[in-house]
Amino acid sequence: MIELNEDQIVRYSRHILLQDVGVEGQEKIMNASVLVVGAGGLGAPVSLYLAAAGIGRIGLIDADVVDLSNLQRQVIHFTKDVGRPKVESAAEKIRAINPDVKVETYQDFLWSGNALEIISKYDFIVDGTDNFPVKFLINDACVMAGKPFSHGGILRFNGQTFTHVPGSACYRCLFKEPPPVGAVPTCSQAGVLGAIAGMLGTIQAAEVLKYFTGVGELLTNKLLTFDAKTMNFKTFNVKKGEKCPICGKNPTIDKLIDYEQAACDLKKH
Amino acid sequence: MAKITVNGESKEVRDGITLKALIEESGVLQPDMVSVQLNEQFAEREEWDRTVIKEGDSIDFLYFMGGGAA
Repeated sequence: MIELNEDQIVRYSRHILLQDVGVEGQEKIMNASVLVVGAGGLGAPVSLYLAAAGIGRIGLIDADVVDLSNLQRQVIHFTKDVGRPKVESAAEKIRAINPDVKVETYQDFLWSGNALEIISKYDFIVDGTDNFPVKFLINDACVMAGKPFSHGGILRFNGQTFTHVPGSACYRCLFKEPPPVGAVPTCSQAGVLGAIAGMLGTIQAAEVLKYFTGVGELLTNKLLTFDAKTMNFKTFNVKKGEKCPICGKNPTIDKLIDYEQAACDLKKH
Repeated sequence: MAKITVNGESKEVRDGITLKALIEESGVLQPDMVSVQLNEQFAEREEWDRTVIKEGDSIDFLYFMGGGAA
């Protein structure tokens, strides 16, 4: 275990003051490792809050470079970063916020060939991706590897998230397979209100911290959705599906799948 | 009439209505975009027109949301 030094006791004092967290909880956070898939709209707030909270090791995977159109919501990247690899830009900010954090970067796509290997190095996975093929890939890889993860999706003025731990409902219990290519627009096609990324990403970061400290109840077997136009938040109860193709009684998926992506999503933004 | 719950709100529907008809009548514009949960369990798309809604059923329409990074 990590022994907190004097600076750390000050840095993390607002966590330590919380009866449910305390020094013990803070040490759990500092011993934890998290993989954030996507250093974009969701990955930005997730990484910033997890770094500030003192997560011991944060992995970032994203193949993209920072584009001017990202800056409206991807608050970990600054104007000077346009053109830089996102993982490099994000790692620099994480280190600046909290030198305690060890950052590992992968300037790459997550796909069937590397997913299990990368995921296996972390205690918790955060889905901050912008497309269905990788959302399903993260789900399948985490179910196969027995890893907990947080799902996140945003679109226009809406967001949705749930947390999976081994044995609870997975993404395929809710959505069996990706929608037909092109049926559901992504943010790059339909737009998204910038602050929505922060709203959803901070919920995901809070779930990660709850998971490691054991505080409260996770969003397991529940899907939280919100509509920022009305600020209505709704929680749907969902059950682990007996017929779920990956975590059900007779699973039909035994290897990772690289689904086809909408052509316009493949463009670099 | 049967009393059911749709997305958390109480609703009365005619007896014998199928899940498919309920989806159409509920104004779901793009059925491809939703996952339907019947009593908290995923309802297979192929079974929507064979599934008859019963008194007390709870139906939720969950929308695909794919955004996050780029």
